Amino acid sequence: MLKTLFDEIFSDVGVYSAILVTLRMAVTSTFLSAVLGTFLGLVMERYSFPGKRLAVRINRTLMGVPPVVVGLLVYMLTMRRGPLGKLELLFTVEGMILAQTIIITPIICGMVYTYAAKTAPGIRVFAKTMGAGKLQTDLLLLKEMKHEIYFAVVTGFGRSISEVGAVMLVGGNIKGHTRTMTTAISLLKSQGIFTEGLTLGILLLIMAFILQCMADFFRKESQEDENY
Amino acid sequence: MRKKTVGMLLGMVMALSLTAGCGGQSQENHNDTAGETGTQEQTAQETEESQDQEASVQEDKGQLMMATTTSTADTGLLDYLAPIFQEDTGYELLWDAVGTGEALKMGENGDVDIVLVHAKASEEEFVNNGYGVERFPVMYNDFIVVGPAEPIAATEDIRTVFQQIIDEQLSFVSRGDDSGTDKKEKTIWADLGLDPAQDPNYLESGQGMGATLTMAGEMQAYCLTDRGTYLKMKKDADVPLDLEIVCQGDENLLNQYGVIAVNPEKYPEVNNEGANAFIEWICSDEIQKLIGEYGVEEYGEALFVPNAGTDA
Repeated sequence: MLKTLFDEIFSDVGVYSAILVTLRMAVTSTFLSAVLGTFLGLVMERYSFPGKRLAVRINRTLMGVPPVVVGLLVYMLTMRRGPLGKLELLFTVEGMILAQTIIITPIICGMVYTYAAKTAPGIRVFAKTMGAGKLQTDLLLLKEMKHEIYFAVVTGFGRSISEVGAVMLVGGNIKGHTRTMTTAISLLKSQGIFTEGLTLGILLLIMAFILQCMADFFRKESQEDENY
Repeated sequence: MRKKTVGMLLGMVMALSLTAGCGGQSQENHNDTAGETGTQEQTAQETEESQDQEASVQEDKGQLMMATTTSTADTGLLDYLAPIFQEDTGYELLWDAVGTGEALKMGENGDVDIVLVHAKASEEEFVNNGYGVERFPVMYNDFIVVGPAEPIAATEDIRTVFQQIIDEQLSFVSRGDDSGTDKKEKTIWADLGLDPAQDPNYLESGQGMGATLTMAGEMQAYCLTDRGTYLKMKKDADVPLDLEIVCQGDENLLNQYGVIAVNPEKYPEVNNEGANAFIEWICSDEIQKLIGEYGVEEYGEALFVPNAGTDA
């Protein structure tokens, strides 16, 4: 039903499947990046190792890595003659997720590291005085930082749904397969159909808004559960 | 109250600039939405930077903004012609290379002074609707079907090729972006009475010719392309393009370019003098000869065949 509605509003660029692909790609890549990024960020804060300051700087630089560069890199890795060519990831949603994860992980990692560097030492002292073990300390740390981590993940999600450059290169904008809302907008623009492109853009923002509201709702719910 | 309004305005400006920022990453032609104010200048500057500034013999008469198709830009023809045009007439030629559909749209919006595209029916409609003054044929190139050498044997008959693609459900990558090439492909399918939708391996890339060819090469799929882009990609791409010509020479595959000045009666601010100077210039014998020679040295064959003055 929704599909026919979209077919009526938009030109024949496969908007309905583009929405599904966008959601699938954004949610999966954000989830992977959240797990990886939070873990890396906490590890980076927790341990000191030679070259740590350099690692932090590299991380901050990668937070602003141009998506097309990552797209090109993943393209070259996954093309038939590339080192990962056998996996046949090029022009698939999985390939797009790989590229997105590479883009978003440093963002989440960098944000988590920054918050952790600020709050973790205090919490560790506190945990120590309470006689908490190593695992308990880490859990407490995660609990205390959950708002910050949530914010980092939301930022990552925002990057994920708004991305064009990398998904265009790696996904190939194939109608019904790897076309996302942003690449569909890009295509509509190239056809001179500006208004529909903008409409689709607004739709994308509304979807992001609804997802944010849902996330906020669940967050509040879980907050009310814990009366400590 | 006032603060609030200012804040809201700021927010809107930021939101707008964000959208503009995202749009900038679009496709192969990095330029922003043509409809936005000021973008034209920006485009102008970008192009300006990328071109060699040659000392002009003629006095500087300002800029001529053209909307054209990716093929004229991708083949390097315009990079080759622009400095000569400036030398001969004093106008600096700037262009935004997009699909034919968008190029005509830019003309309809009065964002450019002149269009150079290849989709005769749409061009005539553009003139009939009063957006353009008159259409002049300039040159043609031809389309070819490229793909893996197996299972389709090289032929001159487009029908056998397309029929086999449908029958054997072979992979085929279409532009699917309403560009001149895309329209041509759709017309050929329709003329042959074939429906590509019956082939589950018929894909639409929604991207420019270069990107689509690369994709076809990766997937070992068939693809309809203009010869110029194919030759250039075959020669210049880092990763060799693994596609052979499987069909060429069919009458259905000719691709005629036309040039049209945007109607100054509709948009008084367009540079009509410059546009007329360009039309006269590009249709002149001397430049027609240059077009016919372009690419011979580099690719071993001409990319375009000049035919100004005919009724093509």
